[in-house]
Amino acid sequence: MASGRQRLMKGLGLAVVGLSIAGCGSDYVVLHPAGPVAQSELHLIVLSTVIVGVVILLVWVLWAYVLLRFRDIPGNQAPYLPNWRHHRVLEILVFALPVVALIAIGIPTVRKTYALDHVPSHHPLVIDVTSLDYKWVFEYPRQHIATVNYFYMPVGRPVLFQLTANSPLTAFWVPNLGGMEYAMPNRVLPLWLEATRHGVFLGRNSNFNGIDFWRMTFEAHAVSELDFHAWVHRIQVTKPPMTHRDWRRLLHRSVTAPAAFSGYPANTFPERATQFTVKGLHYIPTREP
Amino acid sequence: MSMREWITHLIKLLFPPQVLLPDIVGIDIGLTVGAIAIMVYLTVRHRWGWLWREWLTTVDHKKIGIMYLIAALVMLFRGGVDALMIRTQLIGPRAHFMGAQQYDEVFTTHGTVMIFFMAMPMVFALFNAAVPLMIGARDVAFPRLNAISFWIFAFGAILLNISFSIGGSPSAGWMSYPPYSELAYNPGVGENYFLLSLQVAGIGTIATGINFLVTVLRMRAPGMSLSKMPIFAWSALITSSLVLFAFPPLTVALGLTMLDRLFGASFFTVAHQGMPMMYVNLFWIFGHPEVYILIMPAFGIFSEVVPVFSRKALFGYEAMVGSLLAISFLSYGVWVHHFFEMGAGPGVNVFFGLSTMLIAIPTGVKMFNWLFTMWGGRIRLTVPMLWQLAFIPTFVVGGATGVMLAAVPADYQYHNSYFMIAHFHNVIVGGTVFGVLSGMYYWWPKMFGWKLNQRQATWAFAFFVAGFWVTFMPQYFLGLEGMTRRMATYPAGLGWTSLNWWSTMGSYLMAVGFLIMVYNIIWSRLHPDWDTTGDPWDGRTLEWSLPSPAPEYNFARIPHVRSRDEWWAMKREGRTDDVKISADSVQPIHVPRNSAMPIMLAAAFFVGSIGMVFSWFWMAILGGLGVVAALAYGSFADYSELTIDAAHVLKTEAAMGRVDS
Amino acid sequence: MSTTTADRPPEFQDMHESIRIMGFWIFLSTDVGLFSSLFAVYAVFRSRVALGPTPHQLFAMGPVLTETLILLTSSFTCSLSLYSARMNRLRGAVAWLIVTLLLGASFVTLEIREFVADVTAGHGWSHSAFLSGFFTLVGTHGSHVTIGIVWAVMLALQLAMKGLTVTNRRKLYTFALYWHFLDIVWIFLFSVVYLSGMA
Repeated sequence: MASGRQRLMKGLGLAVVGLSIAGCGSDYVVLHPAGPVAQSELHLIVLSTVIVGVVILLVWVLWAYVLLRFRDIPGNQAPYLPNWRHHRVLEILVFALPVVALIAIGIPTVRKTYALDHVPSHHPLVIDVTSLDYKWVFEYPRQHIATVNYFYMPVGRPVLFQLTANSPLTAFWVPNLGGMEYAMPNRVLPLWLEATRHGVFLGRNSNFNGIDFWRMTFEAHAVSELDFHAWVHRIQVTKPPMTHRDWRRLLHRSVTAPAAFSGYPANTFPERATQFTVKGLHYIPTREP
Repeated sequence: MSMREWITHLIKLLFPPQVLLPDIVGIDIGLTVGAIAIMVYLTVRHRWGWLWREWLTTVDHKKIGIMYLIAALVMLFRGGVDALMIRTQLIGPRAHFMGAQQYDEVFTTHGTVMIFFMAMPMVFALFNAAVPLMIGARDVAFPRLNAISFWIFAFGAILLNISFSIGGSPSAGWMSYPPYSELAYNPGVGENYFLLSLQVAGIGTIATGINFLVTVLRMRAPGMSLSKMPIFAWSALITSSLVLFAFPPLTVALGLTMLDRLFGASFFTVAHQGMPMMYVNLFWIFGHPEVYILIMPAFGIFSEVVPVFSRKALFGYEAMVGSLLAISFLSYGVWVHHFFEMGAGPGVNVFFGLSTMLIAIPTGVKMFNWLFTMWGGRIRLTVPMLWQLAFIPTFVVGGATGVMLAAVPADYQYHNSYFMIAHFHNVIVGGTVFGVLSGMYYWWPKMFGWKLNQRQATWAFAFFVAGFWVTFMPQYFLGLEGMTRRMATYPAGLGWTSLNWWSTMGSYLMAVGFLIMVYNIIWSRLHPDWDTTGDPWDGRTLEWSLPSPAPEYNFARIPHVRSRDEWWAMKREGRTDDVKISADSVQPIHVPRNSAMPIMLAAAFFVGSIGMVFSWFWMAILGGLGVVAALAYGSFADYSELTIDAAHVLKTEAAMGRVDS
Repeated sequence: MSTTTADRPPEFQDMHESIRIMGFWIFLSTDVGLFSSLFAVYAVFRSRVALGPTPHQLFAMGPVLTETLILLTSSFTCSLSLYSARMNRLRGAVAWLIVTLLLGASFVTLEIREFVADVTAGHGWSHSAFLSGFFTLVGTHGSHVTIGIVWAVMLALQLAMKGLTVTNRRKLYTFALYWHFLDIVWIFLFSVVYLSGMA
């Protein structure tokens, strides 16, 4: 059993490689995971593609065969069965085929959905993310620094993003690191991601929110733990803190250049007053908002 | 406010900068000239009376079907032009075909028009054209309500379509998620147009749902039990029931947004603890059944087309009906799959992911049953059948990618990306559009009495289908490259350029296909190939037992149905004379009288809606009073029936050689 | 079926009219969908009071109870109107219909007074999602009642003009269906909104 699964995983790995080659390189961000979340999602993508691919092929072959064999042309020798309406075995078979395919996709779907819901660490790096019109603000509550449109994260340590919005709905997506989550007003949603290799990964808002929607991107810098601390220190030392005026300027509908601040006003992250505790990825507010 | 200020204000309201772009002004002029030309033609030829009597006041389901079809084709053109503009804008990085604001308006209109004003009326066109005939009825259950439905839909469509030249188009996407659709982020009247036009058209749609549900349940010819009913009638029944329960949540979602925008309520606002998520839920409780409202009729059409052009009974009739019922049932339990990323938690996501996958089972069964219907048959490559044959390999890809999207963690990566765009165009174009076009070619001779040229239609088909594949297959890969929907343009260097170029080329091919289709219709009208038999395809169901087009009372003699595929059985058993009448047995026939009330009612809705759009509440109240007046008029003026006397029936039938001597 | 067709009221014997009654039932089912959606919205928004009043602070039992009694009585008089029609008593049918619509009008008046009082007390619906949900849910019911009143006026006129024709009997029957439906909705409103809000 275990070896069977290993073999399956190896097969999947090969399929990933195959797809990546077919996908001509690193532009296929979803196919080039840089962390366990994206990796796990990619596994499911590949698995489901292979399974539905088999079904698609089956239908195509049957379609082509029927079309070639049963044409209404003179001299067609194929049997003509004008009243053939039922065939018990066939009907059970066409019912069973999708069932089997769905079980094969459904089981890993359930397992992965639950697995991805838990941060694999008791001490993730916490980043509070607020989406404003056409910019992303990242606040590090422990380090007490804030950045705009870019952030740094240490390689090998899970990062917990707490997403909210002070603007229309947006969705936070770094395809290399993993799938997306919405940021919406009056709510905080969690998402965890982790980078396992160094790099600068492009992230973007995937949910339309107005005229400059397509420019609402950010960069995720995955660096070593050491470099991360150095970066935090550098910002704490060299950058000014964010004032209320800075915050109000950020609230304007505009696209802004990346920026960094050593500190930020207390009421910028809407749910600041609420203390969240982490249990898996379920946030239990200790006090009703 | 002085008169002068007031006029300035009015002009600014009606003509904000976004409607004064040169291309829009050009279109305005073109449309005005066209409208004047049509009016001049009608006046010179003295056709106003004919237009009023034969079309504007008609309650005949066959004519209403034709009007729906024309409206749908016009809207297909409108939505198609929008699509071409989108694709042209995305042909390469940093293209400046249009500005971001106009791009947002265009994709919003594209989605709204295609779903609500192209696909829905196309479906209703075919329901009207075929369902009463195939169940052996003289009309629908509520003929005047049917006309009301059409006119309300038509004025709703006009409302949305004038927005681009008066006041400005909506720009919040066809889902129009708040808070972006709220006043704070989306000032201007565009969004009001969106809300009002869908609200008004939605009333018509609900009325159609009620009408066809009752028609199929109560108006069937004697002997036609549910189990002997053609699958298309089944699909009409099930689609109607879906409409009834899907549209009220949409009404509420749109209505509450309207209250927010026009009357300062706080449902979906950022302030006052509004909850945009509630809109998202309501919208998709409607939205998901809606996609099955669009696809079920296509399934019904294919279940008619395949047996006819394979000269073979449908394989697994019970399974086909059962799977339609199963899909309609499941369709209410899958809506959260449109927003797995909104933090519902793993339990909810898994539930909705799995329920979505379950839909693949009945759909798969249908797929194979069509293939088995062809198996052992004699396939004729007529145009309706070609569309069906293109549907199977296309739709299976769309369905399969649907299952991939239902795998929750995978959806975290597909959501809002071009992968998802490709998927739903794959099912809506590859399923619904191929389906309704198949149905259009199939029932065209029955609707109009003449056939469409097959050679031209085949070329249209080839361009359209080839264009479809070239347009949408690259989009799956664009999604995997991280391109999201609704981007007004994109920078170079992300690897998106060549796939986008191909996609745009594909859309041009589809446009060529559409143009050939229009040419095909016009050419065939000018060189009519009359269908004198009434049964050009060697059909199986009752509508083919009638002459083409059917007389206004449909059946001079209501048939007694003994089997499924009754007309086929009649032909095989030599009972075709059963549909003829004899001189001594002919009875007078009652048909509903024309009514001006439907178009008046719809016009009142239109006036009221315009009032709401511009917040001229006196006008809205005026429109409301107009609605009440029209309803009262309809209720008091006893809407009596017209009696066609026996001699006239006999004469009409005799002229078509349908009287037993 | 135990009853033969001849035993049934005239509006059911006529094929066209019975089809219309069926159509009306189906219309009512869409209205159930409408109210269910609004109830769902209200249930979710009930706790989202922002800086406005809570349900407990807003509601008072007195007027609501009066409204309830009036509406329940009007349902009864509506049935009496239908009963008179079945007994072929035109005058009774019209009279009870008028009583019904007057009761309906007083219900709407009371409701509007309640709304006006809330708004003048500074609890307009823009102040919180809860208030928006409350006014919309109750107001939708109220506007349904108002439409019912307009309908009843026209129906009374038609009865007076044309008498108890089969068509008018059907119209009266569907009106009664509509009116009872609104009563049932009110029962839900009363319990879900007011009773549970005051508890």
